[in-house]
Amino acid sequence: MRLRFLLVAVLCLLWGSGCARRKAAGLTLAGSTSVQPVAEKWAEVFRQGHGGFEISVQGGGSTAGVVAAESGAAELGMCSRSLKKEEEKRVQAVTVARDAMVLIVHPKSTIVGLSLDQVRGLYSGEMRNWRDVGGADLRATVITREDGSGTRGAFEEMVMGKTLITNSALVQDSMGAVRQMVAADQAAIGYISLGIVDASVKALRIDGQEANEENIDRGSYKLLRPFTFVSKGEPTGNAKVFLDWILGPEGRELTRKEGLLPPSS
Amino acid sequence: MIRIPDKVVERALLMMALSSMAVLSLITVFIFREGAPLVWKVGLGEFFSTTWRPTAGHFGISLMIVGSAVVTVGALVIGVPFGIACAVVLTELAPAKVRAALKPAIEILAGIPSVVYGFLGIVVLMPAIRQVFGGPGASALAGSIILGIMVLPTIIGISIDALQAVPRSYREGSLALGATEWQTTWRVVLPAARSGIVAAVILGMGRAVGETMAVIMVTGNSVQMPGSPLDPVRTLTANIALEMGYAAGDHRAALFATGIVLFLIIMALNTLANTARGTKKTTASRAAAAPASPGGGAAALGSAPVPDKGTAAPANAARREGS
Repeated sequence: MRLRFLLVAVLCLLWGSGCARRKAAGLTLAGSTSVQPVAEKWAEVFRQGHGGFEISVQGGGSTAGVVAAESGAAELGMCSRSLKKEEEKRVQAVTVARDAMVLIVHPKSTIVGLSLDQVRGLYSGEMRNWRDVGGADLRATVITREDGSGTRGAFEEMVMGKTLITNSALVQDSMGAVRQMVAADQAAIGYISLGIVDASVKALRIDGQEANEENIDRGSYKLLRPFTFVSKGEPTGNAKVFLDWILGPEGRELTRKEGLLPPSS
Repeated sequence: MIRIPDKVVERALLMMALSSMAVLSLITVFIFREGAPLVWKVGLGEFFSTTWRPTAGHFGISLMIVGSAVVTVGALVIGVPFGIACAVVLTELAPAKVRAALKPAIEILAGIPSVVYGFLGIVVLMPAIRQVFGGPGASALAGSIILGIMVLPTIIGISIDALQAVPRSYREGSLALGATEWQTTWRVVLPAARSGIVAAVILGMGRAVGETMAVIMVTGNSVQMPGSPLDPVRTLTANIALEMGYAAGDHRAALFATGIVLFLIIMALNTLANTARGTKKTTASRAAAAPASPGGGAAALGSAPVPDKGTAAPANAARREGS
């Protein structure tokens, strides 16, 4: 008797766990962990205005986002870099926000700004000392992100060009970790999104331009990367509704609040 | 009430027990299936080259092997003396009070999550290294120190087992010959437990090679040949954990291939440790037979036990010391 009961219970459990995997009605987003925070914010506010609309936002990275959109695992993939040539053939991208990337140093550093060439010099390993760029006589601790990260991809594209990032650069696996290391080391330099800069670090001027909204809108601050939603073919249904809302007035305002800029219209 | 036949219960338990082996074989098959084709594709020469630029199609992992080796050796240099000393204190020297305090402390050490060790490394160790030696602080040295602490429970635990397996008659014989307690420990007990202690060190090595989180947090993860202990390094485990999140295609396969190398290293270390322990078992069983022999009984009376081949050297050493 007891055994049969147990058997039934086990079967129920198995059945239940099978059911739990069914997809919630609504919309699934997956991809860049840089886009994820703002996407979650959009989803949260959008949900309030559209009762019962479920949006699930998952991480995984830009590349995974593109793959997810292509395979249909997610309606929209989130991507924090420009699409590669072969990716462009398979999916299409819509810019949903622009993210300013800033170079950060320790607050006590005497450096206030660098030229793009100097940044490249430091990251290529050509310049190893802060003296080389007008700072104190201190060996520079260059901090980068790991290979495959969208943030690193965007940085390489915008700053490094064909030049390689030096092998002696420290590698951290999130922007938060980069910020933490820079905050702790007077000789460190790292790159993160403008949105997550805080008082523990100092953002540098690039080519004399401060990373603020005005300079970005005017186009004089150059280190901008697109945050895009990628989809296989034109976005339709729920994906289109959500996308239109993000690009509409309500979404744009929220984008600004999150420390990003809406796409240039 | 339905009666379950014994046979059924036995079978069910056997199946459950075997499932652990099934999981192991599934893991093995999986990582080889995911990783091996890439090694085949790029060739062993490229795979063991020094260029790791996965997004540009270069998958050389030898610098990560160097990184793992450097950090592990560092960890052993720090962990082994402390570990063995602690085991000796616990089995040979410590009064009951000290033992009562020491044992739970070591157990807690083993239970602390590795991310906590890593965090301590970031907030305490790295600034200290930065201040004392300069440089970024994130370094092979930092990794070695953190791992040196993390391998302690492994080394201590297995060393204690080995030391406790040394028969009482050895100690009694040595003491009876006039050796001091320290001479007995150093010249008789430790040599007799040698194979077990070697196993402890090897398993500690396996622990160090396999540790991931704490290492990622403190070693800096640069793919480069370290010129000094103060240079950052990347270990095999760190390579996988750092890049797995965003990797796709060949890059992902290369990380699985890194896993294969790691898997083989750990397998080799475990086999080595088991072999070393196997030797211990035979010595122990031979030793266990000794007290039963007439010579063993005489030990307490002050005459030396008739040592067999394996233990002749330490016993003789004790005699020299004692005279």
